[in-house]
Amino acid sequence: MAVTARDLSKVESVIQLKGVNKWFGQFHVLTDINLDVKEGEKIVICGPSGSGKSTLIRCINRLEEHQRGDIVVHGVTLSNDVKNIEAIRREVGMVFQSFNLFPHLTILDNLTLAPIWVKKTPKKEAEEIAMSLLTRVRIPEQALKYPGQLSGGQQQRVAIARALCMRPKIMLFDEPTSALDPEMVKEVLDVMIELAREGMTMLCVTHEMGFARAVADRVIFMDRGEIVEQNEPEAFFANPRNERTKLFLGQILHNH
Amino acid sequence: MTDAMPVGDRKPLAPPVDETGPLGWARKNLFSSWGNGITTIVLIAAVVWVLSWFLEWALFTANFTASTGAECRGGGACWALIREKFRYIFFGSFPYEQHWRPLFAVITMLAMLVLSADRRMWNWRLLVIWGVGSFVTFLLMFGQIHIPLSLILFVALAGGGIGLTLRSALAAPSERMAYYALVAIGAAGLVLRFAGVLPSWSIAIAPLSYVETSLWGGLPVTLILATYGLAFAFPYGVLLALGRRSNLPLIKGLCVGFIELIRGVPLISLLIMASVMLPLFLPSGTTIDKFLRAQVAVILFAGAYIAEVIRGGLQSLPKGQFEAADAMGLNYPQKTLLIILPQALRVVIPPLINTFIGFFKDTSLVLIIGIFDFLNTANQALVDPNWAGFPGEVYLFAAFVYFIFCFSMSRYSKYLEVELNKGTRR
Repeated sequence: MAVTARDLSKVESVIQLKGVNKWFGQFHVLTDINLDVKEGEKIVICGPSGSGKSTLIRCINRLEEHQRGDIVVHGVTLSNDVKNIEAIRREVGMVFQSFNLFPHLTILDNLTLAPIWVKKTPKKEAEEIAMSLLTRVRIPEQALKYPGQLSGGQQQRVAIARALCMRPKIMLFDEPTSALDPEMVKEVLDVMIELAREGMTMLCVTHEMGFARAVADRVIFMDRGEIVEQNEPEAFFANPRNERTKLFLGQILHNH
Repeated sequence: MTDAMPVGDRKPLAPPVDETGPLGWARKNLFSSWGNGITTIVLIAAVVWVLSWFLEWALFTANFTASTGAECRGGGACWALIREKFRYIFFGSFPYEQHWRPLFAVITMLAMLVLSADRRMWNWRLLVIWGVGSFVTFLLMFGQIHIPLSLILFVALAGGGIGLTLRSALAAPSERMAYYALVAIGAAGLVLRFAGVLPSWSIAIAPLSYVETSLWGGLPVTLILATYGLAFAFPYGVLLALGRRSNLPLIKGLCVGFIELIRGVPLISLLIMASVMLPLFLPSGTTIDKFLRAQVAVILFAGAYIAEVIRGGLQSLPKGQFEAADAMGLNYPQKTLLIILPQALRVVIPPLINTFIGFFKDTSLVLIIGIFDFLNTANQALVDPNWAGFPGEVYLFAAFVYFIFCFSMSRYSKYLEVELNKGTRR
């Protein structure tokens, strides 16, 4: 069951992808992607490895450059203009599979770095925001430690808090639980579910189908660089229409 | 397995007695087998033999007081030669009665280096330390410093500009106003100066007699060449390394070209070019001080090597660090200064200090173009016919002084590695 019962068709689009194509050399990773994300919508993207799902969300904040088509984030069309890109990155938080915390900074400094340098928030205020977010992800006592001293689950929760420190309007998750030991997956998913319930717009690449069922408004299945199928979670899992979707779901649900 | 004790309740056993204490250690590490025992004994005997021979020569039969070389002959080491010549070896042809000046210049530079080795000084204090230290050093060496108006204006402009870029986020309005004022004064002044409105004028600080660089020699020369060579080569090398990884083909090409060109030629050829060929290209009448030319050659050369070391550090960083910084909206200078360089430099401390040590010694190559660095003055001390025939003592002494500096750097590298990795590794 999806959290939001409201009618999404009346809500404003915050991300629009129109005819997006991308190649890595000769390899066509993204083929004619069209996607409209409404404000507050939670989308789970799944698909076999190499299907282009990570590349897709990495195009949204320009970690990857697309070659054809338009990507509009919050009314700003992505182009080569650095100011444009930086403006979008201020609004879009990202959480990575491998956490990517800065190992030479304490947890607190990891969190306050971008607010202080990018948003020019006064240091004291940035630290207050950081501490409140660390409390929200339930590890305020780790603030003065270094990332290397934390467990994987704790590091990923710090990474989520770090992204939230910029007060983003959109959050991108790139397989946030794939690098975690099984017993730590839940603590990270709990934080993400909480975030979803608070109304954050989320795009999440994940194979955690339980998470998709709990919070997603829409599940997107990608294969070979295309969006093969998308639907509300109940319908998606109960009646997959495409053969490739059925095959994929059969494989991953079998393992759970 | 029901009667197995929980691990927490087990009494820890003491280690077996034969493995502890000095005897246990020796048995385990020195005499664990016949072969090891024999090796140990042979090596100890060899060390004792060499050491006793050396001490006999260097200490017990050495001559410390002879007044001429002839008196020294026949016995052990002739340290009287060092006693006689040490002021020349340390300070070269600097006017004899003024030797206190290079002495205090060396002390100032050492104090400057020791202070900046402390991590707590790595902030604005470093600028103060190097500013004051360099000023004192060069005032002592030259005796007189003339600061032209245009330089003062340029420093005001640069200082204001740097203040604005680095502290724009954190500075109070009054501080920001001060930076703007500095920039405005500097820029306006420079324009007026070059337009000829402001006269050519300079502050003369001249408490001592002027000593030109051709009279400098010995330890201060080696220290100045190495300290300022590396102090300028380091930021230059960082820029080259960053440029080499740039996405802009022109910048990348220039950096790669420079690095490969410099690495492809010996330092000696660069020094000879700087000393012989450069004057041919300059308009007649203009001269650049030979010492300065050698200094620039050292900076360019060291910069290329340092750049390659730092590039290694940059490449060792996982791609995710760059991506995380990008995704947070940091711009290129912020990403580089706050995320990338602090990590990359940590990784390359050992090879970086290795390069520093290498260049400290390589400064001795300036003797090729007739600059009297420490090794060259030591060499010159041998020329005196009264003291002919004791090269061993002089070179050993020079080697000892070089060793003190290089060994200190090596220990410092070790300390820095531990210090910077505190807490960051599990």
